[in-house]
Amino acid sequence: MEERAPNPVIKPPTESKGILRWLKENLFNTWYNALFTLLAIVFLYVAFKGILTWAFTEANWGVIPANLQIFLVGAYPREEIWRVWIVIYTLGLLLGLSSGIWGGLALRLALVIGAVGGGVGIILAFFPTAFFNRFGLLGGVALLAVSLFLGRGRQRLRPWVLGGWLLSFPWTMIWLHGFAGLPTVLTSNWGGLLLTLILAAVGIVVSFPLGVLLALGRRSNLPAIKWVSTAYIETVRGVPLVTILFMAQIMVPIFLPDFRIDKILRAMLGITLFSAAYMAENVRGGLQAIPKGQHEAAHALGLNYPLTMLLIILPQALRSVIPAIVGQFISLFKDTSLVTVIGLLDLLGIAKTVIANPDWLGLQAEVYLFAAVIYFVFSYFMSYISQKIEDALGVG
Amino acid sequence: MADLENTTDDSIIVCDDVHKWFDDFHVLKGITTAFKKGEKAVICGPSGSGKSTFIRTINRLEIHQRGRIIVDGIELSDDLRNIDRIRQEVGMVFQQFNLFPHLTVLQNVTLSPIWVKKLAKGEAESEALALLERVGIEEHAHKFPAQISGGQQQRVAIARALAMQPKIMLFDEPTSALDPEMINEVLDVMRELAASGMTMLVVTHEMGFAREVADRIIFMDEGAIVEEAAPDIFFDNPQNERTRLFISQTLQH
Repeated sequence: MEERAPNPVIKPPTESKGILRWLKENLFNTWYNALFTLLAIVFLYVAFKGILTWAFTEANWGVIPANLQIFLVGAYPREEIWRVWIVIYTLGLLLGLSSGIWGGLALRLALVIGAVGGGVGIILAFFPTAFFNRFGLLGGVALLAVSLFLGRGRQRLRPWVLGGWLLSFPWTMIWLHGFAGLPTVLTSNWGGLLLTLILAAVGIVVSFPLGVLLALGRRSNLPAIKWVSTAYIETVRGVPLVTILFMAQIMVPIFLPDFRIDKILRAMLGITLFSAAYMAENVRGGLQAIPKGQHEAAHALGLNYPLTMLLIILPQALRSVIPAIVGQFISLFKDTSLVTVIGLLDLLGIAKTVIANPDWLGLQAEVYLFAAVIYFVFSYFMSYISQKIEDALGVG
Repeated sequence: MADLENTTDDSIIVCDDVHKWFDDFHVLKGITTAFKKGEKAVICGPSGSGKSTFIRTINRLEIHQRGRIIVDGIELSDDLRNIDRIRQEVGMVFQQFNLFPHLTVLQNVTLSPIWVKKLAKGEAESEALALLERVGIEEHAHKFPAQISGGQQQRVAIARALAMQPKIMLFDEPTSALDPEMINEVLDVMRELAASGMTMLVVTHEMGFAREVADRIIFMDEGAIVEEAAPDIFFDNPQNERTRLFISQTLQH
């Protein structure tokens, strides 16, 4: 057979734009844009000069490393902190294996967490602190990397890893709380970032399926289920989270005096039940956007209601409302700071106690800025992951 | 009822005095008819005549409120098990295709065999590929519905319904949403299916197809069967005034 000459590939014209040309086209293309540009430069200079001068000359950042332990774990006893590391390493191992096995999104998640963890780990390695091994975080990143390579191509590990994720929550709880011969660490001592992350993780993981069920319930043809779901959603949405947290704290012991439910558990319950109502409305929005024909086609193929929802309707409905759902997750994460009103010391609660400490008077700005950066990093991380999910699913 | 007993011997679908209302609007006003095994029936009529609603009552996408419908010996009632059984025996093709956009062509076809009939994945896939080849789409098996043309989508929809090995196929205006040049590729698949002996109920405006394939043409207007006859009688010697008007209007262009 004769070799055919390949069609000549014509490259698109390269639009070489110098910096000057870019500046002219985007910032100085008209007299008023030029004016705005100049004004903006002046404004940025004034603002940043102030902030940077403050940050590098006036601010007393010593408050952060001095209180790092309570920022991270609250009143968790120093000699038991290795148990937190056990939990971190377990999660690192699971994440590494998952990303190795599934690749794709899990891999990206692992890479981002690894990169951020590695960066923070390197910084920590230069600051010897008394309360934990300064190479602990780098060790976690190394474990993540190793388990990633171990997981590659090991498809038969799938059910084990999934089971591992399911068990990771009770595993975390018993390690943090203590079991067998380990000394018990009362949950009243849990605090700081640790508490914030536990509350947020539980809230997110539990409120999502609950919200989906409530959304399906609200659209159900069965009047009792529809009515109960609607009443629940509307009631919860009509009440501020603070009120729900107070109710969980004060009313539960009054109505159920025989049950001694842990304070943190009650906070988790409050946050989860609150978030589920909003989640339900987000999901319902997605459900309503699915054409009736999809239900009909599924029914006509003999799929019953659960299969229709699980295989046809929910996959389409959920992917269309990912931005709203992740927005809800982020706001749940930040709302965990409200648990200070019931006396739990999450990251923000700790920040307040640090400020109130006579040794560190007048350092609100430093402490709050530090807390804000941590909140931002986690919130932006969720936002970033949601964008990647949307890319992977081909929406947006 | 006397009518019902006379027709049950080789009838696969029996409808007896079927009524349906949308709120106060009386859509079906006492449909009584029966379809034999292997029969190809074309149901036509002006829009709003209730023809789509009628075939949708046969797999209970629409619930009739009076009368009886018996499909392959099973009466359609509120009993969910009966509905599930009937839906596995009755395939349906929709005007808007209604493929599942988040699944590939192959997954669309294998979904129900795997989850409802509990077929092994490999077996379901090889059967699905054979069906896709039968409708001429095998090379697009791994594409998503949005990546293929309307005519191709509708052929996938037919393969998807056939994957459940139904005894009866319902077609609800299968070519109405298609660009003109794609109508024939779908009709060809339906002709082939008809030749294979499938029982088919087709709501369509394609009178050429009706004349060629149908054993019987049912003309509906205002929720009732106005006239039913073999195609040659129906087209050449219609008995009813409304039928004559409808035929003259549809055949004009």
